[in-house]
Amino acid sequence: MNLTLKIWRQADANAQGEMVSYPIADVSPDMSFLEMMDMHNEQLIDKGEDPVAFDHDCREGICGMCSMFINGEAHGPDRLVTTCQLHMRKFKDGDTITIEPFRANAFPVIKDLAVDRSAFDRIQQAGGFVSVNTSGNTQDANAIPIDKHDADKAFDAATCIGCGACVASCKNASAMLFVSAKVSQYSLLPQGKVEATDRVLNMVSQMDEEGFGNCTNTGACEVECPKGISLENIARMNREFLTASLKG
Amino acid sequence: MAKLDSKTPQGRLSEKWTNHKSNINLVSPANKRMIDVIVVGTGLAGASASATLAELGYNVKTFCFQDSPRRAHSIAAQGGINAAKNYQGDGDSTHRLFYDTIKGGDYRSRESNVYRLAEVSTNIIDQCVAQGVPFARDYGGLLDNRSFGGVLVSRTFYAKGQTGQQLLLGAYSAMNRQIGRGKIKMYNRHEMMDLVLVDGKARGIITRNLVSGEIERHSAHAVVIASGGYGNVFFLSTNAMGSNVSASWKIHKRGAHFANPCFTQIHPTCIPVSGEHQSKLTLMSESLRNDGRIWVPKKMEDVKAIRTGQLQPTEIAEEDRDYYLERRYPAFGNLVPRDVASRAAKERCDAGYGVNKTGEAVYLDFAAAITRYGKEQAHVKGLDENDVVLIKKLGQEVVRAKYGNLFQMYEKIVDQDPYETPMMIYPAVHYTMGGVWVDYNLMTSIPGCYAIGEANFSDHGANRLGASALMQGLADGYFVLPYTIGDYLSDDIRTGPISTDSPEFDAAEKEVKDRLEAFVNNEGTHSVDYYHKKLGKIMWDKCGMSRNEKELKEAIKEIKALREDFYKNVNVPGTADEFNEQLAKAGRVADFLELGELFAKDALERTESCGGHFREESQTPEGEALRDDKNFTFVSAWEYKGEPSKAQLHKEVLKYEEIEVKTRSYK
Amino acid sequence: MISTTIARKVAMALSGLFLILFLGQHFTINITSVFSENTFNFLSDFMGNNPVVQFVLQPILIFGVVFHFVMGFILELKNTKSRSVKYVSFKGSANASWVSRNMIISGIVVLSFLGLHFYDFWVPEMNYKYVEFLPQDPDRYYGELVHKFHSPVRVILYAISFVFLALHLYHGFASSFQSMGLNNKYIRGLKWFTAAFALVIPAGFIIIAIFHHLNG
Repeated sequence: MNLTLKIWRQADANAQGEMVSYPIADVSPDMSFLEMMDMHNEQLIDKGEDPVAFDHDCREGICGMCSMFINGEAHGPDRLVTTCQLHMRKFKDGDTITIEPFRANAFPVIKDLAVDRSAFDRIQQAGGFVSVNTSGNTQDANAIPIDKHDADKAFDAATCIGCGACVASCKNASAMLFVSAKVSQYSLLPQGKVEATDRVLNMVSQMDEEGFGNCTNTGACEVECPKGISLENIARMNREFLTASLKG
Repeated sequence: MAKLDSKTPQGRLSEKWTNHKSNINLVSPANKRMIDVIVVGTGLAGASASATLAELGYNVKTFCFQDSPRRAHSIAAQGGINAAKNYQGDGDSTHRLFYDTIKGGDYRSRESNVYRLAEVSTNIIDQCVAQGVPFARDYGGLLDNRSFGGVLVSRTFYAKGQTGQQLLLGAYSAMNRQIGRGKIKMYNRHEMMDLVLVDGKARGIITRNLVSGEIERHSAHAVVIASGGYGNVFFLSTNAMGSNVSASWKIHKRGAHFANPCFTQIHPTCIPVSGEHQSKLTLMSESLRNDGRIWVPKKMEDVKAIRTGQLQPTEIAEEDRDYYLERRYPAFGNLVPRDVASRAAKERCDAGYGVNKTGEAVYLDFAAAITRYGKEQAHVKGLDENDVVLIKKLGQEVVRAKYGNLFQMYEKIVDQDPYETPMMIYPAVHYTMGGVWVDYNLMTSIPGCYAIGEANFSDHGANRLGASALMQGLADGYFVLPYTIGDYLSDDIRTGPISTDSPEFDAAEKEVKDRLEAFVNNEGTHSVDYYHKKLGKIMWDKCGMSRNEKELKEAIKEIKALREDFYKNVNVPGTADEFNEQLAKAGRVADFLELGELFAKDALERTESCGGHFREESQTPEGEALRDDKNFTFVSAWEYKGEPSKAQLHKEVLKYEEIEVKTRSYK
Repeated sequence: MISTTIARKVAMALSGLFLILFLGQHFTINITSVFSENTFNFLSDFMGNNPVVQFVLQPILIFGVVFHFVMGFILELKNTKSRSVKYVSFKGSANASWVSRNMIISGIVVLSFLGLHFYDFWVPEMNYKYVEFLPQDPDRYYGELVHKFHSPVRVILYAISFVFLALHLYHGFASSFQSMGLNNKYIRGLKWFTAAFALVIPAGFIIIAIFHHLNG
C-alpha cells in the first residue's frame, strides 16, 4: 500500500508544532500501525531527518504506553484496540492518515506524538490504593468470600490500562472514565470499601486540580476505550462521590 | 575475586528461611529514616520492593524508563501466579511446589532459594487480595485456580488473561500510597546509565532524564536492580520494545557476576512471525494449553495443501492429525513444560510439517474443548446434547469467558477467528532464567548492590514453569529483599547521607557523557535497529532452540565483528540533550552486543543439554535432552574482565540435600 | 461543594430535572386548550393569580432557568479551555451522538426561544398584572393564546425551537440520572421513558401551536 502520513511535529514542549506530510510506500497490510511508524522512522533516519517520537512499549495492547490520535480517533478507527494492535489492513491503498498526539491541557506534548500523562499517576497517588502494609501477615485470601458478580465487575474496571484514550476522545478532555474505573474497582471489593469515602473525594479533587474537563455524558470515552470500560463506572463514581460529600 | 559464597543458611531446608530471618541484623525504625535505597525498575519485583522498603521507613528513590511505573512489562504477563495454597485440595503443598519448580528447572537452581520461594508463595496471594487485586472467583465467592504446564495440581491463581496486569497494578497502588506519603521519590522516564562504587560498595547511580537528556547523579546506601530480563537480545521476543539488559550489564561491568546467560526460555505458544517488518512477538498464554490441543497434519500432502490455501485445517480428518505432544508425552500431554513443548514444535516444523507460509507454525485447536464444554453446559441447562449448533454456541461462550481477551488479541493480529479455526502458534523467546548472580540474600557480588525478579538468576534453573515468574517477582520484592537488605544496611546507620560530589561520581558521569557524545557524533550509515536485527538473527539461528559447538563458535565471532561495526558505523540522529529515542536505544543495543557474546560463550561452555539449553551433541536416541549431572551441576557465574570473551568463569556447585536428582520425564 | 466537577454536574442534572417537571406541568395545562377553552382559562387564571404560584414557585422557576443556563455556559467554557490546542482532525461522530456533543447549541436555541416566549406571554402578562394593574379577567387567556399563533412565522419558530428542545431533552433527561449516579436494573426502562418524554412533550407543544394556527 502507498499512503500519505500527516504527522504532528513538535520539537519539544515549548516549541510551536505543525502538521507535516510524508509519503510512504510499500506498506504491508499485515503490519501493525507502529511497525508502519517504525518503517517510516527508519526511512527518515536514512535520509538524515529527525525520526518521529512516539510512545510505545509492550506492543500487545496492555501497557497503555502507546497513544496517537489517528484520523480523528484515539487509537485509530478500530474498536477495542490500542494503536499497537491496530493493523494496516484497516486502511486502504492511497489513504491519507492524520496522526496527532493525544490532546488535553492535562497531557502536555513532550515531543511530536509523545505526551506527558503523569496527571494520571498523581490522581492514583491521591487515593488509588488500599492502605495495607505488605507485612505478609494479612488474613487468608479466602477469609472474605466475594460475590462473583462483584469480583467480575471489579476486574472489568481494573482492566483499565491508563492510556488516556478516554481523555483524548472526550470533547471536554474529561478523565472521568479513568478515575471512575479505579474508584469502582475498589468500591466493589470489601477490601476497598473501608476507605471508600476519602478515596473518592481525594481522587476527584486531584482530577479537578489537573485541569481535566467536565463529563457531559457523551459516551465517547466508552466507545474509544481499548478495554471497553463501561460508563456504569462513571455513574458509580458519581454516586460514591455524592454519598461521600454528604457524609462530609 | 573471592570464591562464590551463596551464604545459604545452615539447618534443615524447611527451617532455613525462618531461622535466617530471626538471626539477621535489623535496622531500627528511627535509623531507617536516615538510609536511602535506590530501586531501578518498577515491574513486579521493583514496585513491590519499593513499596515495602518505603513502608518499612527507608527513603526510596525509584527509577523507570517508561512514562509511568505501571507500564513495566510485568503488566503483560497473562496466565497466572502459582501459590501452594492447596485450596483445591488436590494434594498441593509447599514441598510439592518446591519440587515441581526444581524439577521444572531441570535441577539447575539453588535449592534453598526455591524452597523459600515456595514457602512465601501463599503470603503473596493473601497480600494481593488484601490490596484489592480482583482474582477470578467461583460462585461461592472463593478464589478459583487453574493448571499450568509441568505440574499435576491446580495451583495457579489468575485474573482472566491479565494476571500480570492486575498484580502489577496492585504493587503500583502500594507504591502510589508511598509516593503520596513522600516516602518514595519516583523518577519516570529516567534510565540508569551506570552504577557508582565508593570504596567497593554500591553507593549510587548515574541516570539520564529521557525527556531533557540531562545526566543526573543519585546516591544511596544500597542499589537494587529490578530491571527484568534480556530476551530482547534476540530482537524478536515477547518482551516489550524497551526491555533491556543495560542496568544488569552495567553492574556486571562494575563487578557483579552474570550467571547462566544461556538459560533462555523459548515459549511454545506465540503468534508466528508474519514478515520482515515484525517488531515483536505476541504471546498466547500457556493457560490456553489447558483446553487447546496442539497438532500438525500427519500427511505431507495435507501440509502442502494447507500452505497453498487449498485445504482448511478444519477439513482434516481426526485420524490424519498428529497430536504430537499427546503422542510423545502421554502423562502430561499438552501440558508439558515450555522447553519440551517448544522443542517438539521445532522438531515437527524442521521435519517439514509447519502449517503456514514460512513453515514455522503448528495448530492450537479448541474445537474439542468447545464441544466438551458445550455438552457440559447443555447437560446443566437441560438442553439437547446432540444439537451440534447449540453445543458449539454454548461451548464458545465458556471458552470466551475463560480466554476472551486472548482470542480477541489473536484475531486482531492474525485476522482469523480462533473460535472457528485453530490458532497458529510457534515458539518465541520469552523469559531469561539467567541473570545477575545473587546470594541467598539476593545481593550480587558487589556489596550493597542487589538484583531481584527476572534480573537475577536464582530460582528457575534452566527452565521456568508457567506462572512462576510473577510469583518470584513478588516474593523477592514483598517478602525477601526487604528483610535481607536490613542485614547489610545495619552497618550503615552511622554513615549519613552519601555525597554525589566525589571523584567516583565525577568519573562515572564523565564516562556516561563521553559514551553518549560518541554516539551522536558518530557519522555512521546504519540505524540502531539495523544492528539490533542482525544481532537478533545471529542469536536466533545459532543460540536459539538448539545449539551446537560449531554454530556457537561462529556466533561468538560474528557478534564480536558486528559489535565493532556498530561502534564504527552506527547512525544516531539528534543530540544528547533532548528527547532522543534512538540514542536511548543505541545504548541498550550496545549492551546487548556484549551480552550476546557472553551468552554464546556460556552456551558453548555448557556441553550438556538442560531445560531451555539444548545442545545437539547431548541428546538421547529419542531426541530428548540429556543432562550431564556429573560435570555440570553448577551455576556458571561470569566475571567481567574487560570484554565478554575474556570473562572468567566461577562455578557455584549446586548441592541437593532434600531431593534426589533424577532424569526429568514427562512421559 | 459546588466547586468540584461532579457537584456541578449534579447541580446541572437537578436543575434540569426541575425544569423538566415544570415542562410537564406547562404541557398539561396547555394541552387542555385543545379540548376545552374553559378548563384552559380556569387553570391559567389559577396559575396567574395564586400567590403561592406567583411569589414562591415563579421565582424558584426563574432561578432554576437562570442557574441551568449560566452553569451550562460556565461548564462549556471550562470544557473548551481543557483543550486549548485543538485537533486538526476530530471525528466526534464516530463515538458520540450529535445531540450529546452539542447540548450547548440546542441549549442556546431553547434559550433564545425562551426569550421569544417571554416576549410573547410573560412580559405582557407581567405588564397586565403588575404594571398597568388592569382588572382581572378570568376568560382572557384562551383568546390571547390563539391570537399568538396567527402568524405562521411564529408557529414555524416555535416548531423549530421545540425540535431543539426535543434534542436537548433526549440527551439531557437520561443523562441527568447518570450524573446523579443512578445505575441499576431499572435504568433501561428509565431510558425508554426519558426518550419517549423527549419526543412526546415537544411534539405535543408543536401540535398545540399548529392546532390553534389552523383553528384560530
